[in-house]
Amino acid sequence: MDKLHLDQHISGQFNADLEDLRTQLLEMGGVVQQQIIDAVAAIENADGDLAEKVIVVEDDVDQREVTIDEACTQVLARRQPAASDLRMVLAVSKATRDLERMGDEAQKIAKMAIALNEEGQSPHGYMELRHIGDSVEKMVNNTLNAFARFDVDAALKVAKDDKAVDREYKSAMRELITYMMEDPRSIGRVMNIIWALRSLERIGDHARNIAEHVIYLVKGLDVRHVSVKEMERQIKDL
Amino acid sequence: MQATANTLETKLAPQTEAVMKDNSQNLPDLNEATVGTPFSDHAKMSVRNVDVFYADKQAIHNVSLDIGKNEVVAMIGPSGCGKSTFLRCLNRMNDSIDICRVEGSLTLEDQNIYDPKLDVVPLRARVGMVFQKPNPFPKSIYDNVAYGPRIHGLTSRKSELDEIVETSLRRASLWAEVKDRLHSSGTGLSGGQQQRLCIARTIAVGPEVILMDEPCSALDPIATAKIEELIAELSENFTIAIVTHSMQQAARVSNRTAYFHLGKLVEVNDTERVFTNPEHKLTEAYITGRFG
Repeated sequence: MDKLHLDQHISGQFNADLEDLRTQLLEMGGVVQQQIIDAVAAIENADGDLAEKVIVVEDDVDQREVTIDEACTQVLARRQPAASDLRMVLAVSKATRDLERMGDEAQKIAKMAIALNEEGQSPHGYMELRHIGDSVEKMVNNTLNAFARFDVDAALKVAKDDKAVDREYKSAMRELITYMMEDPRSIGRVMNIIWALRSLERIGDHARNIAEHVIYLVKGLDVRHVSVKEMERQIKDL
Repeated sequence: MQATANTLETKLAPQTEAVMKDNSQNLPDLNEATVGTPFSDHAKMSVRNVDVFYADKQAIHNVSLDIGKNEVVAMIGPSGCGKSTFLRCLNRMNDSIDICRVEGSLTLEDQNIYDPKLDVVPLRARVGMVFQKPNPFPKSIYDNVAYGPRIHGLTSRKSELDEIVETSLRRASLWAEVKDRLHSSGTGLSGGQQQRLCIARTIAVGPEVILMDEPCSALDPIATAKIEELIAELSENFTIAIVTHSMQQAARVSNRTAYFHLGKLVEVNDTERVFTNPEHKLTEAYITGRFG
């Protein structure tokens, strides 16, 4: 499974350092993933305690970002990694940043959950939230899997899924705007759902970013700011 | 939905003998061509299908490579891979080894440098060499630099010779440190200064190509940095081929990097490519320290 042969350095400590980076990143991914699941559930179930928990966990996520970045700096300074090792350290550092941003977005969703609890439930938007929430959770899971397995195909799938989520988000937006026009008294509460949807959509973007880091890590290709079709073409041309 | 990332396969398979076997299976076979860009549109030296033998043992297998004008080409590879042997072919230093035989074509601007009629002394003035250990002559700093121009009869006038010595020492970034003691012994300088003196001696005869065989391996980091700085400056006027064991050095100083393995030229590519995303598995394994 380990196509990059991270465990084959002459220096055992170097193997351990790189493996440690990856393990830490995936652990952080697990925490963020749970944060997202809890944040969406907090809105769906009007669960204020769960929302508070999501906000508290954010400190842990921030701390993990700092710790992993420090570990990346140490590897760069002490090992001067090259080629796939260098790409590994860079990809971990960038992916960590995306995970931290995802945590921030999860925290925003949790705050919307608390606001909805205080202001009363929104009359609309829960179905869209559940639907997009599911899609985004899957993307986050798949992008972390792609990182763990250095799986370019899985990473490409995440990029494609992100396009689908963007479409769903736009369609949900249109629907909710229609509701608000019909029932202006609900605007405040529907807006809370809209902010949560917006955060989910952003989380999807970060999942796609991580998928791009995976492609960079495995193939050495920088596929940021290119369409999914172009990504596929570049990978095929290698 | 459960967070599953924690349970993903984060543990790697332990290193096994299969891994070592895997590496040996990756060895390029004799017929496999060099990957990357071994050729240049503005070649100063061209090497085609060169084989080198020490008696019956073949040290270099079918190597083809261009060294572009004003380019710095770094040659890297594990010990015994043939990179020094290859470098020494470029100014026929291997001639001094009786059992060494070179086959194939080596040209310096279309001139066959293995032409039996060619005199190697002027060739070595055109293609100079700097060695691993600084080896100044037991003479004064001035005489070390003036030696080449004198024996090659480049000048007979004292004032011209003075100028060549000063220019060469300036180009080797040594002038400021030795201008007040030009007539003290070259062997009294520090290791880094001695190496720069050897570089000044090499460039005093106005070479076109400078070969460097691990020029910094006997130097401290500061002297190394000075030599590397010098290589960058010299490349404006000279073509440089450097053999180095320090991959970071190759990454810092060269435009293109050539990776040798067991006498074969496995990959040549732009240095920026080699150190971020090498084309060949063996290059990757070597520069990331997976075997050596």
